[in-house]
Amino acid sequence: MTVEANDPGMSIAAGGGTSFRPLLEWLARRAEPVAIGLVAILIGMALFSIFILVIGKSPVTLFQLMYTGGFGSWFSIQNSLSRAAPLLLTALCVALPARLGLVIIGGEGAVVLGGVAAAAIALPFVGTVPPILLFVFMGLAAMLVGGIWIGLAGFLRHYRGVNETISSLLLAYIAIALMNQFVEGPLRDPASLNKPSTKPLPAEYMMGDIPGMDVHWGLVIGVVACVVSWALIELTSYGFAARISGGNVRAAQIQGLPVGKLIAGFTAVAGSFAGLAGMIEVAAVQGSANASLAAGYGYTGILVAFLARHNPLAIIPVAILLGGIDASGGLIQRRMGLPDATVLVLQGTLFVVILFCETFYGRFRIFNPDLWKRSQ
Amino acid sequence: MEETGIGIWGVPLAIFAGAIRVSTPFIFVSLGETITERSGRINLGLEGTLVFGAMTAYAVAVLTGSPWLGVLAAMATGSVFGLIHGWICKFPKVNDIAIGIAMMQFGLGLAFFLGKPFIQPAAPKLPSIPLGGWSTVPQVQAALNINVLFFLGAALALFLFWAFRNTRIGLILRVVGDSTDAARAMGINPDTVRLLATAAGGSLAAIGGAYLSLYYPGSWNEGISSGQGLMAVALVIFARWNPIGCFLAALLFGGAGALGPALQSIGVTQGYYLFYAAPYVLTLIILIVTSSPTRSLTGAPGALSLTK
Repeated sequence: MTVEANDPGMSIAAGGGTSFRPLLEWLARRAEPVAIGLVAILIGMALFSIFILVIGKSPVTLFQLMYTGGFGSWFSIQNSLSRAAPLLLTALCVALPARLGLVIIGGEGAVVLGGVAAAAIALPFVGTVPPILLFVFMGLAAMLVGGIWIGLAGFLRHYRGVNETISSLLLAYIAIALMNQFVEGPLRDPASLNKPSTKPLPAEYMMGDIPGMDVHWGLVIGVVACVVSWALIELTSYGFAARISGGNVRAAQIQGLPVGKLIAGFTAVAGSFAGLAGMIEVAAVQGSANASLAAGYGYTGILVAFLARHNPLAIIPVAILLGGIDASGGLIQRRMGLPDATVLVLQGTLFVVILFCETFYGRFRIFNPDLWKRSQ
Repeated sequence: MEETGIGIWGVPLAIFAGAIRVSTPFIFVSLGETITERSGRINLGLEGTLVFGAMTAYAVAVLTGSPWLGVLAAMATGSVFGLIHGWICKFPKVNDIAIGIAMMQFGLGLAFFLGKPFIQPAAPKLPSIPLGGWSTVPQVQAALNINVLFFLGAALALFLFWAFRNTRIGLILRVVGDSTDAARAMGINPDTVRLLATAAGGSLAAIGGAYLSLYYPGSWNEGISSGQGLMAVALVIFARWNPIGCFLAALLFGGAGALGPALQSIGVTQGYYLFYAAPYVLTLIILIVTSSPTRSLTGAPGALSLTK
């Protein structure tokens, strides 16, 4: 698979005019993750197609339906964008700690508790403050709770040496139990009989849609959060310190960087984004906190973050893509008679293949300008 | 009194019975993970393997009428999942923890997909051994109605404890787990050993799943597992990679899991959902108490990325 020195593409790249050289180098370095990512998605789709063929259905029809259901019409695009909104935030919950070398997979817990906190703080203020102020209160409460929850995993990691992957997941299970306790107990709306929920927000206190679209404001919040996270990582000294710590903790400590504070801070920011996703679910979709908060956004966010290689800007297109795959699930179920888990199988296949393709990084000289000269 | 109930004594009895009933999947998953981690690799995907094993066992038991064939089929699929994990992880730059998470999502998705037609039909259950015949109290009899797999798990824990120390395979496994370079110097291929260790771990985890669907709770649905596969990973750390420790820790976890239902049975319903969280809280506390930021864990395999 490795591109050899006599590869024609290489000599073209290397033989380009000297004035184009910096541009080519820049392009080559940027092209590697895109090319490997696309190849990984193609391999994943091919494997999934084989699976669909084996169970006797047509993968072509399936992918056509997936496109129709996800991006085929303005209606389906808006549906995909709505589904992408929470994924943007839960993916950040994985991507930010990942830049510090931490694997946090318990974002679901922050989503759930963020939603409960938002619903709880809204109750006394409904009718007394204007909606925009209420959203600020709800957002702050959700971010605070989410930040504490995931920040705890980061804190335990640095100060107690507790593996953050396992602790964040345990915290997610504890969060769901806490949500059930709150929603069935002190916060339960007596009117919610079959599905215990908190008291629903009145219609005028629901976060509306973006003007001209059938997509709620959560999408804007998510995109802003991604851009802010990108700026935090790429443009600030905190982000720079975090990237150093993620590369080599020992080196960062020798440089005197506050690794513990960075870990606690980044995990707290990450958790606050996931908490915000829970607030948006309550304020824009559900209207109340209930068991629907644990809809798996936290887990799909893991896949989004790994697909985007923990780059906050790359999270935006990837989340929309996965939102689209998610949105097409219903159509596939109805038209092809396949179970709703079809989308999960595709997601799982893509996830495994994408991580497998990490092994191809650095193997192709065409992507590494440092090796071009030697090949001539 | 004896016919209607045994009052407050019902709580410890229910916890005891629950510990045995709930612990069995933990025993198998944690023993499987111990084998894998002793070889120097982590498989976080055992949750997916467990659920897929539960589905396979249930489906095969429905189709053939034999629960034991179901267990065997689950073991086969579990080892396939382990082989996939082990094969992918041998490539450079591939992160075994991340692959585990991906395999977990893949296994869950595939199990839900293929298991859809089997939610309705009833499967034959695994047999249990009634050891409570000496008592006239029905609760005691019920509590001592112990599944065969529990005894198999206990025996396996003892066997692995012995085998890690005294057999050639056990020694090879530990060498690979403690130092990849030392293993290579001895002419052992670490990748092959880890591949087989992950496959063995996967097949044991799938037995845990088979127990869930074929005995307790004894049905197949998408919520069959409540994170046993992942908690078992934490449990292995707590047990310091010692098979007998795994067995005892599994009993402790089972007891914690039985606390909520036991209290509910005597009328304590306040905070029911918080008791439901008891095993997770217990796991977390144990991790916090037993971990240390400065030194690696005693008994940890040297090549394990979890503790670095």
